[in-house]
Amino acid sequence: MKLLRLKDRVLPGLPLTLGFTVLYLSLIVLIPLMALAIRSAGLSASEWWLTVTNARVLAAYKLSLLTSLFAAIVNLVFGLLLAWVLVRYRFPGKRIVDGLIDLPFALPTAVAGIALTTIYAPNGWVGSLLEPLGIKAAYSPLGITIALIFIGIPFVVRTVQPVLQDMESDMEEAAVLLGSYRWRIFRKIILPELIPPLLTGFALAFARGIGEYGSVVFISGNMPMKTEITPLLIITKLEQYEYNQAAAIAVGLLLISFLLLLLINVLQRWSNRRQSPIRKGG
Amino acid sequence: MAGIVTNTRARPSADRKPHLTETRAVRWALTGIALLFLALIVMLPLVSVIAESFRKGWDAYVTALTDPDALSALRLTMITALIAVPLNTVFGVAAAWAITKFRFRGKNLLITLIDLPFAVSPVISGLIYVLLFGAQGFLGPWLQQNDIHIIFATPGIVLATMFVTFPFVARELIPIMEAQGVHDEEAAVSLGARGWRVFRKVTLPNIKWGLLYGMILCNARAMGEFGAVSVVSGHIRGETNTLPLHIEILYNEYQFSAAFAVASLLMLLAVVTLVAKSILESRMSRDVEN
Repeated sequence: MKLLRLKDRVLPGLPLTLGFTVLYLSLIVLIPLMALAIRSAGLSASEWWLTVTNARVLAAYKLSLLTSLFAAIVNLVFGLLLAWVLVRYRFPGKRIVDGLIDLPFALPTAVAGIALTTIYAPNGWVGSLLEPLGIKAAYSPLGITIALIFIGIPFVVRTVQPVLQDMESDMEEAAVLLGSYRWRIFRKIILPELIPPLLTGFALAFARGIGEYGSVVFISGNMPMKTEITPLLIITKLEQYEYNQAAAIAVGLLLISFLLLLLINVLQRWSNRRQSPIRKGG
Repeated sequence: MAGIVTNTRARPSADRKPHLTETRAVRWALTGIALLFLALIVMLPLVSVIAESFRKGWDAYVTALTDPDALSALRLTMITALIAVPLNTVFGVAAAWAITKFRFRGKNLLITLIDLPFAVSPVISGLIYVLLFGAQGFLGPWLQQNDIHIIFATPGIVLATMFVTFPFVARELIPIMEAQGVHDEEAAVSLGARGWRVFRKVTLPNIKWGLLYGMILCNARAMGEFGAVSVVSGHIRGETNTLPLHIEILYNEYQFSAAFAVASLLMLLAVVTLVAKSILESRMSRDVEN
């Protein structure tokens, strides 16, 4: 307990609360995660590499990354649009629409999964409209992407919304006085301010998509090499009692997630630095 | 991962001056496109759950919900939430107290580690417990000798749920308690109040809405978790199936109406959660303004 600076301790309860926090964190999160690290350390580096570069595993990684990336790009555009409309315009039912944005957070993924599958299946409400056009939505990478768009949309809206809300209008005022048009003002003044939260929301949606299971597994079709996402492949390996392979694939997936998390942290630090002088000025 | 995004709700913004907004046609077009997107991606699943669950009529709906397997899944889901939510709440309060009321080295690392479960795929959240407690796991042989069942049994389901919902309460409380500082508590201590009493009389009234908010989000995720629980459950009917897993089984057996009937129950939970969230957010922003 030498780490604790004793002079700050006016209030009681540090040893108890910190002790409990560290103990509980270790038991529930750190030790189990360590089990994954140790299990995959049981494989030699070449065995690990062989597992994660297996054609079926690579196909799963590629599918997870590409569908998540594409869904995150769609969410980038529509998330910005939704945040913009919610902050700047008035329309009836706005409060309900604002609340609905959080639905993908609150709705259990299995419910979202079966609902989306039913809608986009060839005989579903939307799927039956797409089929004559030759578009197969459910049981294809497109279906996976649709599920990931559903899961990811709140991330972009909820990171962009507060920044848009707090934006001062004096720069816009000045631009108007100088004779700029709306589109130019948006591109030159508003959009640069929104880039950090947009990228953060994008990365959050992307990261969530890579690990997502429940909403995707019903609509994906689960064909090895074609529509098998990485989390499903991990479950398949577990069911075949291939624990080492499951652990190796999971470590690969975790590494991708942590890289994205790191990116999010860097972006947030960058956006804090960018915004602080303006905030102070306002 | 829901908690990663801080809670915000659009404050009623004043109408913008005409020179600072788009023309009426552009505004209508943008609003229309945005709402169409939301209707297709978010609203349609909601509507379809209701439509599909009543496709075979009210009686079939009631039968699906009162089926013994459905009831036992409901019971297991309740038990899981009743264990996971209180434990994570106690943890969240303790962690927030230590982190916001004191200074110590390694604080940022601690906060990062608390957030860790949000960055981990649900499937991996289940996998780590299988690697630890499963038949081929580190503690598997010992558990088998002593006839203790964790994986493919209730304890594993509870543990996986606790992992997945781990950060919710702490994440909500840390920014609130950070903003409130330590002055109130220090004043109470200097007036002679002691530990638990300081928390109950001074801190708790300030954080009660935030605490409830965190608990509600934690509960929604605990009751709805699918991926992590799916890995550790073993899918034993009437024994280790939670509501989301029961939905999966019904769906895979082509009992679509029954699957959607059970799903409508969880959808109700989601809608109640969103309404409670919205009410609590306005309470919280009122508290901040005061």
